[in-house]
Amino acid sequence: MKVIEVENLTKRFGSFTAVDNISFSVERGEIFGFLGANGAGKTTAMKMLCGLLRPSGGRGIVSGFDINRESEKIKASIGYMSQKFALYEDLKVWENIRLYAGIYGVPEKEATERSHTLLEELGLEKERNSLVKSLPLGWRQKLAFSVSIFHKPTIVFLDEPTGGVDPVTRRQFWEMIYKAAASGITVFVTTHYMDEAEYCNRVSIMVDGRIDALSSPASLKKEFEAESMDEVFRKLARKSKNGEL
Amino acid sequence: MRSFRIFVQKEFFHIMRDRWTTLILLVLPILMIILFGFGITTEIRNTKFAVYDPSGDYTTRGIVNKLESSEYFTLERYIDSEDEIERLFRRGETGFAIVFGDNRILLIADGTDPNTASVLTNYATALINSYLQESAVRQVGGGAATDVAGDPPVASATAAAHRTITPEIRLLYNPSLKSAYNIVPGIMGMILMLICAMMTSVSIAREKELGTMEVLLVSPMKPFLIILSKIVPYFTISVINYITILLLSVFVLKVPIAGSLILLSGLSLLFIFVSLLLGILISSVVDKQITALLISGMMLMMPAVFLSGLMFPIESMPEVLQWLSHILPVKWFIIAVRSVMVKGLGISSILQEVSILIGMGIIILIISIKKFKYRLE
Amino acid sequence: MEESNSKAISVKALAKNFGKVMGGGDGSGSGAVAAVAGISFEVERGEIFGVIGPDGAGKTTLFRILTTLLLPDSGEAKVMGYDTVKDYREIRKIVGYMPGKFSLYQDLTVEENLKIFATLFNTTIEENYHLIKDIYGHLEPFKKRRAGALSGGMKQKLALSCALIHKPEVLFLDEPTTGIDPVSRKELWEMLGRLKKQGITIVVSTPYMDEASLCDRIALMQEGKFLMCDRPQAIIDSFGKNLFSVKGDNMGALLDGLREAKGVLSCFAFGDSHHITAEKDNGTSSAVTAASLKAELERAGFEGVEVTKTEPSVEDCFMELLSK
Repeated sequence: MKVIEVENLTKRFGSFTAVDNISFSVERGEIFGFLGANGAGKTTAMKMLCGLLRPSGGRGIVSGFDINRESEKIKASIGYMSQKFALYEDLKVWENIRLYAGIYGVPEKEATERSHTLLEELGLEKERNSLVKSLPLGWRQKLAFSVSIFHKPTIVFLDEPTGGVDPVTRRQFWEMIYKAAASGITVFVTTHYMDEAEYCNRVSIMVDGRIDALSSPASLKKEFEAESMDEVFRKLARKSKNGEL
Repeated sequence: MRSFRIFVQKEFFHIMRDRWTTLILLVLPILMIILFGFGITTEIRNTKFAVYDPSGDYTTRGIVNKLESSEYFTLERYIDSEDEIERLFRRGETGFAIVFGDNRILLIADGTDPNTASVLTNYATALINSYLQESAVRQVGGGAATDVAGDPPVASATAAAHRTITPEIRLLYNPSLKSAYNIVPGIMGMILMLICAMMTSVSIAREKELGTMEVLLVSPMKPFLIILSKIVPYFTISVINYITILLLSVFVLKVPIAGSLILLSGLSLLFIFVSLLLGILISSVVDKQITALLISGMMLMMPAVFLSGLMFPIESMPEVLQWLSHILPVKWFIIAVRSVMVKGLGISSILQEVSILIGMGIIILIISIKKFKYRLE
Repeated sequence: MEESNSKAISVKALAKNFGKVMGGGDGSGSGAVAAVAGISFEVERGEIFGVIGPDGAGKTTLFRILTTLLLPDSGEAKVMGYDTVKDYREIRKIVGYMPGKFSLYQDLTVEENLKIFATLFNTTIEENYHLIKDIYGHLEPFKKRRAGALSGGMKQKLALSCALIHKPEVLFLDEPTTGIDPVSRKELWEMLGRLKKQGITIVVSTPYMDEASLCDRIALMQEGKFLMCDRPQAIIDSFGKNLFSVKGDNMGALLDGLREAKGVLSCFAFGDSHHITAEKDNGTSSAVTAASLKAELERAGFEGVEVTKTEPSVEDCFMELLSK
């Protein structure tokens, strides 16, 4: 079953084409890596998929809803987490959980039960009443991820979720992603760590607003005769016309 | 010197590159003058008033006539008893009443809105006094002694006229009772303070927030020069605004500059410096733009608007607030500007205000120097 | 004294606590946090010294102390022989600093930014153009463009040009590659290599472990302390355990399988394979070998298993140190 399906998706800002006619689809339960250089159009594409930005052209279905017409329904059925903003640092751990439960309409009773299990799984029961900013960054990011899938969305969008996180926590984070994917949640993730690209089922690489490569990490490496995803990325990005603009 | 010039240029770029900042800085004073000068006014026109006049003699009718012929009052009607006044007030039919009694003229105003009430009584007092003065002059000049004996109110009023009357100072210098006279000094104080204190503190806080301050500090450039270069543009804009306000008030609001222009300008320069120092002081204690904005906006502007006498007379405020208003430079500036601009007084009469402003400037300067940070903490 | 003066940087028992959370930067938590907890190290002149650690490790605080922006609570730090507390004016003349947060004026053009930074250090773009030619060359066609309209990689190049324009003796770069794509990262490191050839000492911090090998010496930093400080190869040589790289058909399940396997001390996903550590074989029969591990996994039902003994990377070392 496809949970994301876009055709000829385009976004123009004035004369500048940020996303140029991209088409791809993502299966349910897949971990989909969305890579690209800074300014290649990743963020814009992701905003359109989340229903935050209206496309200039093209069609798209996200979790069964049309991105042109049903953006409100899309928002209710997805989860989102980014490195820049994940949780309210000046609120307590449980206050953050309750807030998100409220935003996504998780019933009170269910929310209480689930937040209990959530904290238990993360080993954060003792920190229930701590302010989020007092937690180490790694814990914060893990908590943020759990919160973003708290309402059991069909898809979760992760924008550089592991930036600046220590290597051990980074791996624990990915194990959480695996678990979520195994439970049927589709994971759509961007990252600058190329070893993390290897953890994805499939990877797309954007260059100048277009998707220039889309396949599993193994076949991409074969296709580009590269040792690592890092090398694949560099070979592709070098083709960029406007380079670093 | 070259580096200083380039840094000043940089500050001007920051201001000019943001269309909204430029617009607000240059258009705000014009907008405020027009808004306050025309739209928001403390002038009161055509207030309906009632009269209780048991005697109904020549003088009392003359006074009622005088009031009614002014643009401020319209006669609602004569009433038959003093008790009726309260009823009229309650029904909102009138907000003002005159009771002519034995040996006295009683002015009754609706105190729900104390400012309006005090303005109304001031107007009425002035009008009555001027009528009595005129009639006294007529009596003396023409020697036509009408029957004044047995008419106590007039007798007393005439006596009062001989004692040269008019308790309301504002009227002396503002004969047409225009609120613009009151408002121009207030707006001048607000604008200069806004641009100097708020913009300076926000622009310094902005560099801290962006992280550029770190780089500036880790350089051989003297932090003092960095701050000074931030002041120059806002100083320039303040001077431009000062001139704009003066031109607008003279030519649009028709408020003449009664005193010396040089004295007025010197006074404004002093105030600009004090406000700039205040801005620097704020920026030395905060590191976020929003905090700088709130402190200068809430802690300086709001009290400035309320306590400076711009909208409400300070005298009608609770004593605590009156005391509080003493520590605001803007209050002293507004008082001094009124003295020079409206009353046309010389330097000797504003010495107190000037020395207070200088004193405040020195204190703020000392604190800012002590607080100034060569590091991040 | 003599000796410490010959070093670019010498730090002794440096410590810094924060009573409250710092605004921005490291954001190293709250309460009385030891951002820098008693660090001693030296940096030789002309080397690239990398401070590697996750966010909140105290990297930014350390950099701010070294660039005279913060006062240490205790200990001392010298940059080119100057004390960071007493001689801060001297240090400010000879160091270049690029803070972690992007520190350019977004509303000014590329050229104006550079001009301002040149001015700051009493120099001109023309005077030191040769220093930045290599980096600024990429930017010159867009010198009239506002800095805010540049891409991340371009901004970093401009920031680096600005930090270099006064020919600093020591260059401090706080996380110059964070949030930058791999291509721009690689370019930036190539530039640092060329700057090193010009004799500039470079101190750089990064959360990316794979950048460690590009430094002459590195410090692995966590919770305000240096876990280790040495040449990257020396750190790898001191790993002290056997490391195996394991691949299989079902990588997810394999991770759990490996953690169950006998003799496996730790197991983490590592790109397209899993890295596991085991005790060094001291000739004992119980030691894990590639063959024994493969056999055990196949017995457990895993298919397509490949096990190879590999050299650890700095990231393996860091994880090993963290788990201690």
